[in-house]
Amino acid sequence: MAALLASLRTPRGLIVALILLVFAILPLLTQAFDQRYLLSIGTRIVIWSIAAVSLNMILGYGGLVSFGHAVFFGIGGYAVGILAANGLQSGWLQWPVAIAASVLWAALVGALSLRTRGVYFIMITLAFAQLVYYVSAGLEAYGADDGLNISRSRFDGLIDLRDKASFYWLCFVLLLGTLWFCSRFANSRFGFVIRGAKSNDLRMTALGFPVFRYRLAAFTLSGAFGGLAGILLANEGAYVSPAMMSWVKSGDLIVIVVLGGMGTLFGPLYGTIAFFVLEESLKPLLDLGHKGWGEYWQIVFGPMLVLIALYARGGIDSLLGRRHG
Amino acid sequence: MKSKLFGPATIAAMATLGLGSLPAMAQSPIKIGFVSTFSGPQAAIGEDMRRSVELAKEHLGGKMGGKPFEIIYEDDTFKPDVGKARSEKLVLQDKVDFIGGYIWSNVLLASLKTVTDEGNTILVSANAGPSQIAGELCNKNFFSTSWNNDQTPMAMGEYLQKKGVKSLYLMAPNYAAGKDMMAGVKRTFKGEIKGEDFTKWPDQLDFSAELAKIRAAKPDGIFIFYPGAHGVQFLTQYAASGLKGQVPLYQVFSIDAITLPQQKDLALGILGAQEWVNDLPNDANKKYVADFKKKHGTYPSFYGAQSYDAIMLIASAAEALKGDLSNKDKVRAEMKKANFKSVRGDFKFGNNNFPIENFYIQDTVKDASGMLTLKTVATAVTAAVDPYASKCPMK
Amino acid sequence: MDYLVLQMLNGVQLGLLMFLLAAGLTLTFGIMDLVNLAHGSLYMMGAYIAWTLIGWTDSFVLGAILALPATFLLGIAVEAVVMRRLYARDHLDQVLATFGLILFFNELVRVIWGPAGKSIAVPQFLSHTVDILPGVPYPAYRFAIIAVGAVVAVLLAWLVARTRVGMLIRAGASNRRMIGALGINIELLFSLVFGLGAVFAALAGLMAAPLTSIKIGMGDDILILAFVIIVIGGIGSIKGAFVAAMVVGQIDIVGRAFLPDFLKTFMSSAAASSAAPAISQVLVYVLMAGVLVWRPTGLFGQRN
Repeated sequence: MAALLASLRTPRGLIVALILLVFAILPLLTQAFDQRYLLSIGTRIVIWSIAAVSLNMILGYGGLVSFGHAVFFGIGGYAVGILAANGLQSGWLQWPVAIAASVLWAALVGALSLRTRGVYFIMITLAFAQLVYYVSAGLEAYGADDGLNISRSRFDGLIDLRDKASFYWLCFVLLLGTLWFCSRFANSRFGFVIRGAKSNDLRMTALGFPVFRYRLAAFTLSGAFGGLAGILLANEGAYVSPAMMSWVKSGDLIVIVVLGGMGTLFGPLYGTIAFFVLEESLKPLLDLGHKGWGEYWQIVFGPMLVLIALYARGGIDSLLGRRHG
Repeated sequence: MKSKLFGPATIAAMATLGLGSLPAMAQSPIKIGFVSTFSGPQAAIGEDMRRSVELAKEHLGGKMGGKPFEIIYEDDTFKPDVGKARSEKLVLQDKVDFIGGYIWSNVLLASLKTVTDEGNTILVSANAGPSQIAGELCNKNFFSTSWNNDQTPMAMGEYLQKKGVKSLYLMAPNYAAGKDMMAGVKRTFKGEIKGEDFTKWPDQLDFSAELAKIRAAKPDGIFIFYPGAHGVQFLTQYAASGLKGQVPLYQVFSIDAITLPQQKDLALGILGAQEWVNDLPNDANKKYVADFKKKHGTYPSFYGAQSYDAIMLIASAAEALKGDLSNKDKVRAEMKKANFKSVRGDFKFGNNNFPIENFYIQDTVKDASGMLTLKTVATAVTAAVDPYASKCPMK
Repeated sequence: MDYLVLQMLNGVQLGLLMFLLAAGLTLTFGIMDLVNLAHGSLYMMGAYIAWTLIGWTDSFVLGAILALPATFLLGIAVEAVVMRRLYARDHLDQVLATFGLILFFNELVRVIWGPAGKSIAVPQFLSHTVDILPGVPYPAYRFAIIAVGAVVAVLLAWLVARTRVGMLIRAGASNRRMIGALGINIELLFSLVFGLGAVFAALAGLMAAPLTSIKIGMGDDILILAFVIIVIGGIGSIKGAFVAAMVVGQIDIVGRAFLPDFLKTFMSSAAASSAAPAISQVLVYVLMAGVLVWRPTGLFGQRN
């Protein structure tokens, strides 16, 4: 926590503080200006940020390119959805089950795939994600690939998730918690090993660290927070479908983490904001140039990704100047 | 960015100020959102729908019940979450009175609650008709100008049954709509099912294994559901396998005005079922098809016809209420009357707000100019009610 | 028996088609260490370019032959503009940049050729069927695919095993620094290899076109399968790609032709016909995961 507060005392810290402040009072702002759609974009940004932070733990800090992270959207979401469809509405039951399912799956996938390196790791994580994708698309009792309309988790007497502002604040508090955990993680001995192994895992092994076990633990933790994002996403739309975990979504998450700045605490947050702002604004911006151009927005967005990959290595985070510490 | 997000609000605020004490609702244009697929592999369908919507707008002279109306198109990019976000934007930001469109069941299911729970927007599906929405998820703010998934294959099955076809081999992709189609044909076709194959979706390139099984099974006919590019693919491989001429093919949603230019002569003589065909002899349809053809040089597809009807249905309610849409109960009541000239001929809404309508058998033929088109050859069923209507609690 | 032969032939045909796509991918992957997600886009561009050229020349063979140098040039251009800058980068940047290229090419196709799909008719001289056994017809065009796939496989095997370029390719796959030490113009070699990979992708695209249909994003659907194949085979190994493609082809056919009947022996008919495609769809992923757990660098991959 101290490190978190210390980082707020620099110019970049001010930017972070400003962003967090705007996010904290977003429901008040959107109500005052009657822009309810902005609140729903804000909710999605917060949820995707949680997923991006969780991917950043292994991708950014650990250098492990998981191309199947969206699978945790699906596992978290489907755990909630399947329980809800069977009449078990209580969040007190749904949420722990969903997290446990994500943890189990992450541990299994991690144990098998962390034995591989490089591209093989990219592909095996993708393969496991595709596996879950196709299984969920075959769940006929739960809507198969049409997906499943659900009613939102119930925390009777505590919070009503149907109320958009309360739901938003819940997501925001969970994002803060995720960020807090991530900063603890990054600055711990555990995080030090993960980061060290990114540049040279042989050296870390030689130093006597059981790199495989550390990585497996990180992968599992990352899966748990990914599952949390899935739970929230299912509750946001009151709907789950296999499309939540298509490989394109995993690709989007990677784009977000790189765009924001890998291995930085707030990078995933910047990345998510930028990604959603681009998605919402590129089309209308092009339409301003010429009516109808907006539909070709991907012809602009595609090369932008190429340019980001080629020239914006540090992501948005590096544009904000030298990092504190 | 800024102008985009705050634009509509500013305009609305200015409109309110400018009009003083008059309620803004009565003066501002009627807003209709239209969600469809305008990019990626399926954009051809979205484009056909948009052309028909624009034609409807032209035929209405840009006005409904004396008020101008505008249509805001949004691209679902063929993804349920994007479709849901776009629908949400239309409801919350643009504050549209109606949303039409929706090609895909999963996009519609993802968007349904977002739209209908707000209560001020009425959704008109111009294509997707999943059984959940016809049954337990039916909603007073939801109307369909298409069908429920089971109905078209049921019509085909009924026709084959009457025609005396003894046995069938069924093929469809392994996804929800594919399963509905198979279930549908089996509801009405009582002959022998020699075999059924669900194929991988969407990435199966090759049907050689299944065609070999059909050859071995020797059925009287093959029933398929392969929409879009998959229909092109299936017909080519069916023809190349040498099965054409030996085992006749019957289809639903696999041959339409969009795929015909690719399927070409391979589609000739293959029967299909549909609730609308471009040669249906009513006046509304004649005008629609002739004007569409004059403008774009091609025939419209059933996607387009259903979209045209969606706009006309909305217009009929606006006309009846003289453009005052402030009382949503009245709007819903007017919609429910289906008091407009549908291009499929008149129809009524059932208790679940799905049409009670006829289904026809169509064949692929060449018109006078040599262009491939579809032609009505029989009426398969009249005033068909979908099988889920009884599960819908609405009256 | 007839049925079994027919289905196995179908598996061979499918495997060879997959091999055509995977060969280009494993070449660029093995030599330049480049993860090219846009390989599927080259497959698509090959099909679209062939469609245009076949329309102009009014001949399938002529159009197809002209499409190959055209996509070679496209490949060289893509390499010069984007790929060249990615060799020294890590896989993450490559995934990101080539993911961007997919979006770009999909929209580019829509701008140039419009949103509606295209189709190429099976050429007249191949539109008949051939009896492989008495009373068992097989489409001649599918034989043509088998022939083209086999020729490419033999050609590649010869190129890699017997030629100077092949030696460099093998050297590149196992030791990138050595090529530089040999005083070879690496830039030119990489450029040519990428162009060659593009040609194979285009060949796969245009050969598949008469059986399938040409549409935006047609490469994205099967790109992942092509990756699965080269990963099972071991990255950079032509032999591995070939073996894996044949295995995947047979697994796919077995899953579709025999699995439903097998499942029906112990489950209901309806359940079997819907479980079979789901199982066969995940079977290749299970196979890949299994192979990687057993051998973390694929069947014929480099150990280190």
